[in-house]
Amino acid sequence: MAPNDVGSTGIGASVRRREDRRFLTGRGTYTDDINRPNQTYAWILRSPHAHAAIKSIDTTAAKGAPGVVAVFTGAELGKFGMPCGWLVTGKNNTPMVEPKHPALAEGKVRHVGDPVAVVIAETKSQARDAAEKINVDYAPLPAIMDMKAALKGGGTPVHDAAASNLCFDWELGDKAAVGAAFTKAAHVTKLDLVNNRLVPNAMEPRAAIGDFDRATGEHTLYTTSQNPHVIRLLMGAFVLGIPEHKLRVVAPDVGGGFGSKIYHYAEEAIVTWAAKEIGRPVKWTAERSEAFISDAHGRDHITHVELAMDKDGKFLALRCETLANMGAYLSTFAPCIPTYLHGTLLAGNYATPAIHTNVKAVFTNTVPVDAYRGAGRPEATFQIERLIDKAARELKMDPAELRRRNFIKPSQFPYQTPVALVYDTGNYDATLDQVLKLSDAAGYEKRKAESKARGKLRGRGLASYIEACGIAPSNVVGSLGARAGLYEAATVRVNPTGNVTVFTGSHSHGQGHETTFAQVVSDMLGIPMDQVEISHGDTNRVPFGMGTYGSRSLAVGGTAIVKAIDKIVAKGKKIAAHMLEAAEADIEFKNGKFQVAGTDKSKAFGEIALAAYVPHKYPLDTVEPGLDETAFYDPKNFTFPAGAYVCEVEVDPETGVVEVQSFATADDFGKIVNPMIVEGQVHGGLVQGIGQALLETCVYDKDGQLQSGSYMDYTMPRADDVPSFKVAHSVTACTHNPLGVKGCGEAGAIGAPPTVINAIIDALSEFGVTHIDMPATPNRVWKAIQDAKAGRH
Amino acid sequence: MYDFQYHRPASLADAAKLLQSAGDDGKLMAGGQTLIPTLKQRLAQPSAVIDLGGIKDLAGIKVDGNAVMIGALTTHSTVASSKDVAGKIKALAQLAEGIGDRQVRHCGTIGGSIANNDPAADYPAAVLALNATITTNQRKIAADEFFKGLFETALKPGEIITSVSFPVPEKAAYVKFPNPASRYAIVGVFVARFGSGGTGGGVRVAVTGAGQGGVFRAHKIEEALSKNFSAKAIEGLHPPASSLNGDIHASAEYRSHLIGVMAKRAVAAAG
Ligand SMILES: Cc1cc2nc3c(=O)[nH]c(=O)nc-3n(C[C@H](O)[C@H](O)[C@H](O)COP(=O)(O)OP(=O)(O)OC[C@H]3O[C@@H](n4cnc5c(N)ncnc54)[C@H](O)[C@@H]3O)c2cc1C
Repeated sequence: MAPNDVGSTGIGASVRRREDRRFLTGRGTYTDDINRPNQTYAWILRSPHAHAAIKSIDTTAAKGAPGVVAVFTGAELGKFGMPCGWLVTGKNNTPMVEPKHPALAEGKVRHVGDPVAVVIAETKSQARDAAEKINVDYAPLPAIMDMKAALKGGGTPVHDAAASNLCFDWELGDKAAVGAAFTKAAHVTKLDLVNNRLVPNAMEPRAAIGDFDRATGEHTLYTTSQNPHVIRLLMGAFVLGIPEHKLRVVAPDVGGGFGSKIYHYAEEAIVTWAAKEIGRPVKWTAERSEAFISDAHGRDHITHVELAMDKDGKFLALRCETLANMGAYLSTFAPCIPTYLHGTLLAGNYATPAIHTNVKAVFTNTVPVDAYRGAGRPEATFQIERLIDKAARELKMDPAELRRRNFIKPSQFPYQTPVALVYDTGNYDATLDQVLKLSDAAGYEKRKAESKARGKLRGRGLASYIEACGIAPSNVVGSLGARAGLYEAATVRVNPTGNVTVFTGSHSHGQGHETTFAQVVSDMLGIPMDQVEISHGDTNRVPFGMGTYGSRSLAVGGTAIVKAIDKIVAKGKKIAAHMLEAAEADIEFKNGKFQVAGTDKSKAFGEIALAAYVPHKYPLDTVEPGLDETAFYDPKNFTFPAGAYVCEVEVDPETGVVEVQSFATADDFGKIVNPMIVEGQVHGGLVQGIGQALLETCVYDKDGQLQSGSYMDYTMPRADDVPSFKVAHSVTACTHNPLGVKGCGEAGAIGAPPTVINAIIDALSEFGVTHIDMPATPNRVWKAIQDAKAGRH
Repeated sequence: MYDFQYHRPASLADAAKLLQSAGDDGKLMAGGQTLIPTLKQRLAQPSAVIDLGGIKDLAGIKVDGNAVMIGALTTHSTVASSKDVAGKIKALAQLAEGIGDRQVRHCGTIGGSIANNDPAADYPAAVLALNATITTNQRKIAADEFFKGLFETALKPGEIITSVSFPVPEKAAYVKFPNPASRYAIVGVFVARFGSGGTGGGVRVAVTGAGQGGVFRAHKIEEALSKNFSAKAIEGLHPPASSLNGDIHASAEYRSHLIGVMAKRAVAAAG
């Protein structure tokens, strides 16, 4: 599509990330690097109990402590409720239970870490010292921890509005058709799975600064957000009642999010409100230990899945029963994760004719759970791909062959799944072929023998995946309960001397937008990349934006930029036609020049820009001066990246230690703008996926205390936990966006967990082990072997 | 962190005086790798912190006849890269190399590690298995008398470790099964065999990371190895789970099993 030859910086070039210069030299500006004149510091007092009534709070001593400016509790801030952005409607048209989520606890605390009071002081230490002087009289209640037990009710529920702790009971698909298919199945495979709860662990902990200008009445919030406009909307309109034109939200450099910085958190509202209240800026920065108990967690599903097959292994139907943990309150997008991002993905890459899923969302006395890299799609993929692997083993069939037999074939696109989505394009056999070759399937038996000679059990695992990215058509998500549209906006501002500033609603917090987007602009306008600046993260600069998550930035945000550039080029043609005294229809734009077709008469892009701002010889009666265009783009469909992964592991049967020996990926992300950045995204996703499969898990005790609440116990993957990855791509271009792109940010985290677990099960198959829960820690693997040897399955 | 008085004495005598005048609320600081995180989390509130870093003669390694003497303030990285240690007790250098990460090894010290007696720390296994002698500003303490339970030692208030002296064994090895998150020991087994002279001969085996009361000697394994120093000789020998510690990473049963495996691997590594 790109008419310009910009050499090594255009679409398809592995340009080095421009933003890394400032990140790697310590010159980034993160929220905590910002200091406002006369700033104060907030410390949040958090609940030490998972579940307790607050009988009284005495802040007298704290208010009198050195340096203290103010102390607030639920009495002042409880009236503000944190909003939920998605309404899920369950069976019989029953809307979800949506209990109030007060900014500071009102009468009750519902998880360890629940904010109870805020102390604002001259220094952070003084605020913290004073917080210790707040006397909260708690009456502890039994903690509701186990989802199955929670649903039985009894005891004090997390919220009075949900006596049995049920948030919603939702279903999707044709239950009767599924039931009928199961009755005539030749073989049924069943599996119980846990998708372990994860702590997002962005490198930069959350931070927020509230500032209020008495002279103008304008509020400013600096915050670690993936979507500053969404925060402006949620906090301004639904929490504090501040109109948009008096509220500026700035998300400067943000050190990773993985979803956890999508949501509107109480601390943002607290500092914004308090800054006006005390007449001074208020800064809050989370400690790492606070992040563990206050950033929204991810995953946490318990699932039973069943697959019905005919005698040849053709899938007839799939059913899935899931319990999804919501935690103590509904985080901003929590209800849509187990439903519209999980239930709708249960077709996977397969032409399964009938699918039914039932999801019960449950309140517990734990940190709220929301989207985390992949969000719903890793859970769906894990269920399908583990189930298929088990089926292949039961049917004594090659797992690759069983998948191939059931893949949706290229000729079937567009493909309507039985769970609402329409896949536009794909070629699942192609990625499967590619990954089998890349992972040297042929040499496996030899490697297995070598491992055995060293006393190690080698296993090989395969998984396919599909994800729905580029969220999302606003009318579709609106009909499913989203309380927002999911378009994206961009302004392309051509400056008088021909360089370009792009304002995008897609926030970059590690993804490399400042490079990728600049490549697109450079390519389309035929100007060098260093003439293009990408600006994001400030509601006063960017026209609007829904932000970065769900691998949507290039597919949705990038398309908005393309649409704005189209307008620039169209206007440029009008200006050029006038200057060149030619018909507008005869002007073509190529290699950065507006040219009269078939002649050598042309104007360079820069000349047109200058003419637009110095309109001396200019069609002023028909064309406005200036060259600055904004576009909003609402996607026509989701995009559907897909692929196939293979990994090989070695298990030490004496200790249960699993080592990932090799990992190969074949992804179809559609067209690729910057292969190096894409490869980096795949690597990061794989490490997180391997982390979930082998290392990471969030463990609560029965009283609701987080046992894995620091890096002493929460195992983050490290470089020496993963092999060097082999990454390949095959391309079917997305059919409904001009760049043909699909998104790549989450794939690794989606595809890796079942791949790793399938490999471990393969390694342990000689003992008859058929399942192991994530994370497959050495203790679990060893125990699985012991149990299998003892005949305890 | 709460406020405290910070002192950096230049001599051991001054340090002892400062410690005494601070009373119960004074804290020595060596590498700060345990103390500072504790202070940052407000889990301790000392009135005074006495930084030993200014006392130059507390750091250093000396070979002294049939023993290696390591000053209390010697960092893990110094021990790990010391030719003297590698030449005399390679297992000790390897143990130090396996502690924490690079930053921790460059700050953390042997004195701080054994004074702290974390039940998952590595050094206590070496001290106990090698039958080391701990020297303080007041006395000498034998390894078997030093470790008294979780984070408990024989050190009295006001007592400062100055050095640790390790007898050179005939053979030794340390094998650690690290906690995947912290990389402290879930189970660490130090096996040492001594010749008939000097320390009385025989085999000493110390286990860290697993005991309910911290580091301990595995006497049954010692006996078996004293008769026959081979991995085969200790097949199936491991302390019962009931005496061990379980947590979210490893059950007591698993730790019990791992002690057996690590002990065999240590014997094999010792050669
Ligand atoms: C990320 C991380 C990972 C780690 N991993 C490991 C590991 O894998 N294995 C392991 O064994 N350890 C590990 N550690 C601990 C590390 O080895 C510490 O250095 C050690 O436990 C304490 O030594 P220090 O010199 O830092 O002592 P400090 O933190 O300064 O002091 C610790 C305690 O000892 C006391 N003390 C210090 N010196 C003396 C002295 N000379 N006499 C009397 N009392 C004294 C102090 O008062 C204090 O109570 C890790 C630490 C961190 C932060």
